[in-house]
Amino acid sequence: MLAEVAKFCDWLSLTPISMLFQTVEWIIPAVQSVHILAIAIVMSSVIMVDLRLMGLMGHSQSISGMTRRFIPWVWWSLVVLLLTGLILITAEPRRDLLNPVFQAKMVLLVVAIVVTAVFQEIVRRNMEFWDLSPSRRAGALATAVLSLLVWTAIVGCGRWIAYVEHG
Amino acid sequence: MPMLVSFCEWLENTPVGMFISGSTWAFPTIESIHVFFLVVVVGTIAIVDLRLLGVASRNRSVSQLSNDVLPITWGAFLGALTTGALLFSSKATHYLGNWPFRIKMLLLLLAGLNMLIFHFLTYRDVHKWDDRSITPGAARIAGALSLLFWIAVVGFGRWIGFTVR
Repeated sequence: MLAEVAKFCDWLSLTPISMLFQTVEWIIPAVQSVHILAIAIVMSSVIMVDLRLMGLMGHSQSISGMTRRFIPWVWWSLVVLLLTGLILITAEPRRDLLNPVFQAKMVLLVVAIVVTAVFQEIVRRNMEFWDLSPSRRAGALATAVLSLLVWTAIVGCGRWIAYVEHG
Repeated sequence: MPMLVSFCEWLENTPVGMFISGSTWAFPTIESIHVFFLVVVVGTIAIVDLRLLGVASRNRSVSQLSNDVLPITWGAFLGALTTGALLFSSKATHYLGNWPFRIKMLLLLLAGLNMLIFHFLTYRDVHKWDDRSITPGAARIAGALSLLFWIAVVGFGRWIGFTVR
């Protein structure tokens, strides 16, 4: 399996498009900057919703209002992150695909997407869901903490990719 | 300038600066925390900027939204400033001579200036336009400039990593 991924990386890095990304010096820093800006939108949107879920701020707006305002921005930013991420992988396939930190980041990303999608669906079906009982309020708190931890770990992994030995 | 250089030389040789430059894990760890704080700073500022521009959060008053968001921004800014200072201390003279770093510092200054002008002049009569989705021209200009400055801060910040030696 690993040998096949390595073979794919070597093939990809010799394609004309990868060579272009490798040789034009400003492409990688520029794409990384766009990637970071999209992360900024995701992180701050998630923090707004999660702090509201934890009851730490924004009492002037309902949980469902907060969700409708911010969660769509998470999905649109994820599209940008996917596209810019694909460019970065194409430019340096081995640096990412053979990197354990990158692999961990992708697993965490799946968790974050599932948590966010399930949360959004619950709020969509029942706007008051989280306020209906003390145990649900505890559930809201747990969801918010999990979401914050996973997204923060994703950001941390993202930066550490640059520093870890890879195949 | 000579004073700044000798300050940076001193900073690099403090125990903190030497620890960060000598360790394999300290710089990446502090840098990751720096990235976390800076994305929160930029993202939360963008929430207010987009409200000033009438793009998003139009159903919320400007003052209410600012009161919700800006405490998070300030907390994160403090974190970004602290981690940024620590990163700087590891290679102070190198950063001082680095053009993207210099431009980033200038942009931070401009963003701060823009914020002060907005806060002390435009925001003073916020009660007159708090609930309007179309804000006064001065507020829209402040929002647009702020977005522009912070996007550029991120771009030049990332560029430092590719140019500093």
